[in-house]
Amino acid sequence: MMNEIDSSLLEKIADLTGKPVGAFNIRKDSGCEARQSTENIEITSKTDKEGIDIRIKEGTHGEVCHIPVIITKTGVSEMVYNDFYIGDNCDIEIVAGCGIHNTGCNESRHDGIHTFYIGKNCRVRYSEKHYGEVSEKADGTNVMNPETVVYLGENSTMQMDTVQIRGIDSTKRMTKFFCEAGSEVVVTERLLTHGKQEAVSEMEIELNGKDAKGRVISRSVAQDESHQVFYPRMVGNAPCFGHVQCDSIIMGDAKIRSIPEISANDTDAQLIHEAAIGKIAGDQLLKLETLGLTAEEAEDTILKGFLA
Amino acid sequence: MLELKHISYRVSSPEGTLDILKDISLTIPDHRMVVFTGPNGGGKTTLAKIIMGLVQPTEGQVLYNGQDITHMNITERARLGISYGFQQPPRFKGITVHDLLLLAAGEQKLSKDRCCQFLTKVGLCANDYLDREVDVSLSGGEVKRIEIATILARNAQLMIFDEPEAGIDLWSFARLTETFEQIHRQNDATMIIISHQERIIQLADEIVVVAGGTIAHRGTTEEIFPLILQNTMGACPVLKKEGDKA
Repeated sequence: MMNEIDSSLLEKIADLTGKPVGAFNIRKDSGCEARQSTENIEITSKTDKEGIDIRIKEGTHGEVCHIPVIITKTGVSEMVYNDFYIGDNCDIEIVAGCGIHNTGCNESRHDGIHTFYIGKNCRVRYSEKHYGEVSEKADGTNVMNPETVVYLGENSTMQMDTVQIRGIDSTKRMTKFFCEAGSEVVVTERLLTHGKQEAVSEMEIELNGKDAKGRVISRSVAQDESHQVFYPRMVGNAPCFGHVQCDSIIMGDAKIRSIPEISANDTDAQLIHEAAIGKIAGDQLLKLETLGLTAEEAEDTILKGFLA
Repeated sequence: MLELKHISYRVSSPEGTLDILKDISLTIPDHRMVVFTGPNGGGKTTLAKIIMGLVQPTEGQVLYNGQDITHMNITERARLGISYGFQQPPRFKGITVHDLLLLAAGEQKLSKDRCCQFLTKVGLCANDYLDREVDVSLSGGEVKRIEIATILARNAQLMIFDEPEAGIDLWSFARLTETFEQIHRQNDATMIIISHQERIIQLADEIVVVAGGTIAHRGTTEEIFPLILQNTMGACPVLKKEGDKA
């Protein structure tokens, strides 16, 4: 049964209010809270390890699959493997995400590996939100280490939006793409750390087929004494186009390292990277104050826009 | 009514002190259109910024509708109905033109029609611009026109524009002067415009020439405009010589 905390977490990480429509699997405290398959999307438990297999039939169009994970206890630690097998000519949306509500003084931790095997001529939109909170008087830590591996078939596109909002004390993220001819991947990463949080985000995008395209847009805000490290790598192994853009706003006593790498193994690979770290510009704050916002509201507006 | 009383602004550096503004007093009645003009570095922008609270004067008082606002911050002044269009507006990653207009109007929702009204007045089409981010993808002229649209959306009683014509193409400039003229005709607001443009100067009720940190001249367009044209060579002896030759 869903309680108030479950519902609040699900809304934060997957914009879910009530029971989702279509295929879904809700994982709660290392168990399956609810599941539904559809005619085109079949969800089954793995038999050899923790996790699920999601099989999407060739030609599936316009369906959404929700697979949120929530942890509502302290001291939970899990390693989950979710594999997606997406047939040719699909146009689908997958909404993942993990929310932790830590009720005690221990570490609650979710490690997950999502592997996508995407066929030809597909359009896939994949979003994941990560969020953590602790109960009043509790001081447990929340840890999430998501890994995403995508084998993108010929002429397929994938739009991946990954967002870490508040409350994750430590995260090590790894994202890998292997792109076939004519495929295109756009990864948009949004990350905010505060307090003494630490975040490491590594990405490796291999453009292996002719005319493959890759684009990484990473925006982050590091507040207080938090630390962030970004290491996006774009590898061109064929005539291809790749662009990596990392922008960070640094505040308080935070520290950020941004190390974009582009690597070409083909003379027709066009690869570009940009990286910038800076504080909020004073003239931005002043402009918003002249519109009637307080200094705090102005800062909040700038950060929300930057991470939108 | 806006009253500036004995405003001075002095900056200190290791080389000594520099008086940017020297004992300026000025009263601007409601619904007037006043142009601040004068040579670069004369103190026009600093004076305008002191009205908005972007710069604190080292001496003097700013009164707005009889209330002493000298020690009010920018937000408080904005909420009293003062607005300011920057000469070089900042850009915002992730904030759209629509977001900025919403913030400026101070409303939760703003219909496309109303946004369209503000943007049309600066020569921009809402269909093309509303969803665009106010970031480096926009040209300087576009950002400038969006800046002016935000001032129009504020619907403030006192509008300050710092060189609104800078970076704007001729066609948009013509549209902009019509907008200033319209606001002025409808008695909607008091406008202080820092400008060097003849067309804008000719629209004004009053011209204030700020030079060397003081008000060098003030008067109607008819009185002041000939003085400006006479004095185009400034204080430089070489330029003066060239002028005499001509």
